[in-house]
Amino acid sequence: MKEIVIISGKGGTGKTSVTAAFATLTENMVLVDCDVDAADLHLILTPTVLQTHEFYGGKSARIAQDICQRCGLCFNLCRFGAVSSEHGQSSNGHTTQWTIDPVACEGCGVCVHFCPHDAIIFEEALNGYWYSSATRVGPMVHARLGVAEENSGKLVTLIRREARAIAEAQGCDLILVDGPPGIGCPVIASLSGADHVVIVTEPTVAGVHDMERVVALAAHFKVPVSVIINKADLNRCKAVEIVTFALAHGVGVLGEVPYDPVMTHAQLAGQSVIEFGESTVSDALRTIWNRLQQKITKEQVV
Amino acid sequence: MKIAIASGKGGTGKTTVAVNLARLLARHAAVQYVDCDVEEPNGHLFLHPKITQTVSVTIPVPEVDADRCTHCSACSQLCQYHAIAALPTFTMVFAELCHGCGGCMRVCPEKAISEVGRPIGVVERGMAGAVSFVHGRLNVGEAMSPPLIRTVQTYADPHATVILDAPPGTSCPVIAAIRPCDMVMLVTEPTAFGLHDLTLAVEMVRALSRPMGVVINQADMGDDRVERYCVQQGIPIWGRIPHDRRIAEAYSRGEMAVDVLPDTTAYFAEIIDALGNGVPA
Repeated sequence: MKEIVIISGKGGTGKTSVTAAFATLTENMVLVDCDVDAADLHLILTPTVLQTHEFYGGKSARIAQDICQRCGLCFNLCRFGAVSSEHGQSSNGHTTQWTIDPVACEGCGVCVHFCPHDAIIFEEALNGYWYSSATRVGPMVHARLGVAEENSGKLVTLIRREARAIAEAQGCDLILVDGPPGIGCPVIASLSGADHVVIVTEPTVAGVHDMERVVALAAHFKVPVSVIINKADLNRCKAVEIVTFALAHGVGVLGEVPYDPVMTHAQLAGQSVIEFGESTVSDALRTIWNRLQQKITKEQVV
Repeated sequence: MKIAIASGKGGTGKTTVAVNLARLLARHAAVQYVDCDVEEPNGHLFLHPKITQTVSVTIPVPEVDADRCTHCSACSQLCQYHAIAALPTFTMVFAELCHGCGGCMRVCPEKAISEVGRPIGVVERGMAGAVSFVHGRLNVGEAMSPPLIRTVQTYADPHATVILDAPPGTSCPVIAAIRPCDMVMLVTEPTAFGLHDLTLAVEMVRALSRPMGVVINQADMGDDRVERYCVQQGIPIWGRIPHDRRIAEAYSRGEMAVDVLPDTTAYFAEIIDALGNGVPA
């Protein structure tokens, strides 16, 4: 079984559209959407949710105001600026009331442990949901991190593990992962231990800059990398720069996709660009997908 | 005044809007551009600042004095991130998992733990023409961006109009970027993905109780669902930038529309007018 992760560094280069296209070009595959705080793949693949699970990624602290003696130690100990005071007469005569901002709290538990009056409650925080679903192209595991929540890396790790279990149970030979933008926590959780990383980039100064950083990240985690140049004709010089960089860094170039509004039109129609009909974009992506498969097969032999 | 430029979805044009606004505002006022997208900072590619100061940013992580440690495991019991493990004969630190809460150091009965700074990235600052420039750059392989984002924030100039470029998404890095701002500008595009991620971003800004407005980029590319959503939700639309291949090509070369395509200046000026009108001073 092979796991291919599609990322980009920079957002909006076409990761999800490319993932959706690949998904409609193959069979016997499990899909995972690891962009857990702004997931979009479901807008194209309209999954039917079979199971919904709660995701508890960590704990959150809350002050029991009836026990709190207003000593303010928690305020002094918190390194995340999550504790703040509100002035005003409270029911038990104290004038300062300390509260914890759940958005700023990182769940370290330091205030809980050191509160001299055991006035801080430490509870598992519901950070989001994850779903096991069926789509027209196969099983899909996806998630929705609660807005303004943390622990995206843990959620990503969880849904990748779940996808692997489904793939093993159903005898699928491929896991296709739509990754998040950036190079931080959820990206690291998406690509570590994967078989191959595909970077979708664009020929712009920002696309090139961000691609260089994700290539370095993939190298750091020792995952082989290939690149797809989307909107390739937007700037030929930059497209050449990408190819040159790729050759110099042992990164495979899978091909180019032209800059064409058909990508947007397919998205608005709720279809992958392959399903939307014949176009130069769908031709390019078919060729790229075949190359990628050959590449992965070769890696398997080696 | 600190204005965060954010979006749920990546690649909608946050940086394009932010750098063009900064450049345009700087013609008449003190402006600072602060790039908090520390995983993939891009503003410098357009503003070309002359960097005059580079500061290494560290987070405090524990260092265990093996001679003092009695392997009592109080530290590993306290740590919520599994960043310190007390084994029978030695105590191990997994620095990349540490959030720097300081709990282990405080709880250690033997005073065997001290803190050392672990570098996670840099803050760089300088001038880009009339625009004062600051950005953070996270080291590759580093998982946690919020501590670096919070450090970048400390460089914000209270006397300038601050244009703060936020990372994409709706989780902790974005929160760290937006929380100290006075208002939020959400840049979106009129597509299915753009609308979906906009609704998440709106929910996020509401959770933080900040005033907000929307800028629609490539406004004539898709359909009118984003416009209708904004009207329905009572969210002002501060501007619309039409799809223009010339803007995309200038962007691809690292050029700003207000510099090289004077006829597009009106789109950004309209946003500045809306900001001036719609926002309590």
